[in-house]
Amino acid sequence: MADGSIGLWTVPLAVLGGAIRVSTPFLFVSLGECITERSGRINLGLEGTLVMGAMSAYGISYLTGSPWLGVLAAGVAGALLGALHAGICSLPRVNDIAVGIALMLFGTGLAFYLGKPLIEPTAPRLPAIDFGWWSDIPQLRAALRINVMFLIGVALAPILYWAFRTTRWGLLIRTAGESSDAARAMGYSVLLIRLRATMVGGFLAGIGGSFLSLFYPGSWNEGLSSGQGITAVALVIFARWDPLLCLWASLAFGGAAALGPALQSVGVTSGYHLFNAAPYILTLAIMIVTCSPKRTLTGAPAELSITR
Amino acid sequence: MTSEAADSTQAVGTIAPAADPGFLQRHGATIEYLLIPGAALAGALVVFGIFVAMFGKNPLDLYFYMYYGAFGTWFSWQNTLTRAAPLILTALCTALPAQLGMVIIGGEGALLIGALTATSAALVLQGMPPLIVQIAMVCAGVIGGGLWIMLSGALRQFRGVNETISSLLLVYIALAILNHLVEGVMRDPASLNKPSTREIGAVNMIGSIPGTDVHWGLVFGLIAAIGAYILIYHTVFGFAARVAGGNIRAAKIVGLGVSRLILTICFLAGGAAGLAGMIEVAAVQGRTNANLAAGYGFTGILVAFLARQNPLAIVPVAILLGGISASGGLLQRRLGLPDASVLVLQGIIFVFVLASDALYGRIGFLKGKS
Repeated sequence: MADGSIGLWTVPLAVLGGAIRVSTPFLFVSLGECITERSGRINLGLEGTLVMGAMSAYGISYLTGSPWLGVLAAGVAGALLGALHAGICSLPRVNDIAVGIALMLFGTGLAFYLGKPLIEPTAPRLPAIDFGWWSDIPQLRAALRINVMFLIGVALAPILYWAFRTTRWGLLIRTAGESSDAARAMGYSVLLIRLRATMVGGFLAGIGGSFLSLFYPGSWNEGLSSGQGITAVALVIFARWDPLLCLWASLAFGGAAALGPALQSVGVTSGYHLFNAAPYILTLAIMIVTCSPKRTLTGAPAELSITR
Repeated sequence: MTSEAADSTQAVGTIAPAADPGFLQRHGATIEYLLIPGAALAGALVVFGIFVAMFGKNPLDLYFYMYYGAFGTWFSWQNTLTRAAPLILTALCTALPAQLGMVIIGGEGALLIGALTATSAALVLQGMPPLIVQIAMVCAGVIGGGLWIMLSGALRQFRGVNETISSLLLVYIALAILNHLVEGVMRDPASLNKPSTREIGAVNMIGSIPGTDVHWGLVFGLIAAIGAYILIYHTVFGFAARVAGGNIRAAKIVGLGVSRLILTICFLAGGAAGLAGMIEVAAVQGRTNANLAAGYGFTGILVAFLARQNPLAIVPVAILLGGISASGGLLQRRLGLPDASVLVLQGIIFVFVLASDALYGRIGFLKGKS
């Protein structure tokens, strides 16, 4: 123990640390998508939003020296992409899934274009809080170096759960998602509610992206996100549009994603790429188990095109 | 004035009197299908020009080099057509399921799996006559890619899993499988920096169309597009597919085998993308490695939407977008634009094309058609 060699315990520890570190972008994107989908619209473009958020956060953090301004910039960039999505979807006969695919390509392309000069320089990162100070085991201390963003995300999940149930805007979003006719009859503009919900969703997804570039892995390059955004969208479906379940699902995903690097660190290198694909395989497996052709999913907003 | 009168009669929902069947009436729909995507494309080019101008580049230079790099010389034409070949096939991967109302965006995954299976077939059959190896590669590529997308279709039909998300997840899984095999059991020990499989052998490459540098893949793509068009618009099977796509309940009531339709169409769609993978191996790369994930599958989605999911319209649209990506290198060299500028332009085009969907049936002078 003294020399820090804890053998195979490294793997569960690394998975725990990974669950906390890697899950944060999943958490923010899925909470954001949860808000958007509850309003009756699906935004598949969050993959592009995530990459765009990562790039803007890194750029602004580099230019201003403040990573928190970078986080804000990422949120604003995400909200703008969300507004673009909602704006196009407001036009008659436009399919929200197709618009999402378009924005996935557009957001990624724009981020690569604008981010070209950012691959070289090093931007200030977000600070971490050391929760493992009481331990001598370096691996445990590494696992417990937790970023504030994770804590914000964890706090956000129950707040959203509460807000959906009790607050005025939570009820409005759910009304728009369950029956646009009912919302219209009450005198509210469904398009406006969905515009706001998509913008808030984009804001959160952008912040999720800022975590990628400013904390873990903590740099900007074009391979930064490989499907985290779309995995998070799928995650919302089997979390049954429930923010609290989104939190647990994100943690499970973070753990699955950390499995490959963790096994590699103890010398298990065969199947490295397959372990890296674990989150996608897990998503697909859970969707196969939980979906059913006979009935729509419980908890699914009735207006959502993807559940039909 | 007549068109306004026709508008008002339509607006109140009365049956319009049989007006003179003028040119616009008869061909209004066709003109619309050409005019609206064309206008969307032009709008996207203008916005991209403004975007580039914000970075201090001259938009007119941009348009000139784009044209020159895509269609300006015989060399650029050949480059464009070479890139169009896989785009036709990956676009079919989105356009065929779209006839059933399904949105499949996993062409990239089917392409990678098709490349892997085709390469495996060629490596197993080393030493056989080239024609046999090539036929086996085509079959293996089509079957590999076909089964890959058929999985998405089966999950949709039997488990209710959304096909858009599952097909995209399968892209990442396909990439992981490819990397795993290429760095593992299938690795050529001689490939040090870039892990690759063994080469399929120069004799087994499918080569170029005589007199050009364009490989035979373009012909494969044309045949597939024409075949898909005939299948969808001129066979009973295609008619059944379009009925099911229009109204799934009606299709079930008249006794169409919806499961069989979905599985067959998804297999053909994936087979097309798998064929694209086989062509990239047998005509360009000569082996399988991570270079194959060049984004043809994703650009194919855009091609399919721009062509409004029509298999024949896919051919010119694929040539157009092949041209845009062919001009990317010239834009990089002459204007100093990053290579991602092609991606940005594609994204802008996609956004414009989708937004233009709202225009159909709303252009004043084309109204009055039934």
